[in-house]
Amino acid sequence: MKDESYLIRVEDLHKHYRDHTIHALDGVSINIKKGEVVCIIGPSGSGKSTLLRSLNLMEMPSSGHIFVDDVDITDPKIDINLHRQKMGMVFQHFNLFPNMTVLKNMTIAPEKVLKKSYDEAKEQAKGLLERVNLAERGDAYPDQLSGGQKQRIAIVRALMMEPEVMLFDEPTSALDPEMVGEVLDVMKELAGEGMTMVVVTHEMGFAREVAERIVFMDSGKIIETGTPEEIFESPKSDRLQSFLAKVL
Amino acid sequence: MFDRIKADFILNFVESDRWLMILKGVVATLEITSVALVIGVVIGVIIAAVRSTYDKNGEDMKRRGGAAYHLLRVANAICRLYLTVIRGTPTVVQLLIAYFIIFASSNNDILVAMIAFGINSGAYVAEIIRGGIMSIDEGQFEAGRSLGLNYYMTMRYVVVPQVIKNVLPALFNEFIVLIKETSVAGYIGVEDLTKMGDLIRSRTYSAFMPLLAVAAIYLVMVMGLTALDTRLERRLRRNER
Repeated sequence: MKDESYLIRVEDLHKHYRDHTIHALDGVSINIKKGEVVCIIGPSGSGKSTLLRSLNLMEMPSSGHIFVDDVDITDPKIDINLHRQKMGMVFQHFNLFPNMTVLKNMTIAPEKVLKKSYDEAKEQAKGLLERVNLAERGDAYPDQLSGGQKQRIAIVRALMMEPEVMLFDEPTSALDPEMVGEVLDVMKELAGEGMTMVVVTHEMGFAREVAERIVFMDSGKIIETGTPEEIFESPKSDRLQSFLAKVL
Repeated sequence: MFDRIKADFILNFVESDRWLMILKGVVATLEITSVALVIGVVIGVIIAAVRSTYDKNGEDMKRRGGAAYHLLRVANAICRLYLTVIRGTPTVVQLLIAYFIIFASSNNDILVAMIAFGINSGAYVAEIIRGGIMSIDEGQFEAGRSLGLNYYMTMRYVVVPQVIKNVLPALFNEFIVLIKETSVAGYIGVEDLTKMGDLIRSRTYSAFMPLLAVAAIYLVMVMGLTALDTRLERRLRRNER
């Protein structure tokens, strides 16, 4: 079945670990449109990170299907590396490569995967660094940067591959409070440019302001989904109500 | 007192040109150690690559099917058997088995010693490198793979450069152990440094000079290795704050 209005379609995704007692994902289905910004919220252990990490198969689902551009990426025969190029990912702990300079961090994948020349990749990297106000830090090593700077670098490193969608896994959770703003600003700008984004976050303010749709998960299931107004102003389920009471 | 030491020295090293025996012993020890070291590193790298690929990428290869996974599984099992046997039996016993059973038809004792110590050292080098790979944060793999780098590229550009820096001290420690462990080569008749010192002792009936000289020479060789390690580590740390 071909459906062109959705960039990502997730059908009945299950994930359980070896002993089958823990259901990290328990039948999750969700469709994401091109250009849409979706925030996933929920208590810890609710499966929101597992869902996000399944989208580029960092986490292998136990059953179910994930279609990206109408290609079933859970099919063992597809080349997952090809799809990961189109899906940028930003991690809670930045995961910059400490053995490379900022520029090298950004150019390594375009050089090795897309076979771009170093000079071409470097020009592109410099442009992106300027956009996140880190133009002068290209030759620095990750250990020399603050957390907020590292995460901004991680975002532009993912953008170097010109992805169709960006996945954010709690991108501000490991940051000192005063650095959260600078990272969220970059993400807002990205959303404004029409990037498709899936964001797992605890930043309710960001979710309310930037998300077009919010997904609330608990115990491996999607409990409620809706616009920020629907989710924050008139939550229907008890679980969402009690969750919001705790975090707001 | 001084005259006695002088006489002892002349007896043990000058008379009958016995210093030449020490020199030949040093050369033999260095030859065995360096060839064994190369064999050990080659074996160690191959085994570490097989074992960590199986651990890190095995699930993925299994899912995709094909002969490669089964090949890897068999190779992994062989590697584990090798590690168990080599690390579970004494070096001297391995040396004797190599000389009297496996290479019984060869009387090139120094070559047998090189191979035996190399195979022995490979097991320890393999586990040092594998430990280094496993100690790299999983997030480094994930970041590499999320950018579209395949398993091999992620290993080569992201993981291995970090591993080398981390395992260098442990690797040099293994080299130091190796150079001293070759002192049992005399068991199969190799005239290495230790054996030569002992030969001198048995001819002059004077233990003090030859044995202390042998000990001092080992010490100098180990100190040389340590100095090399320090220099290499300093160079690799240059791109850190």
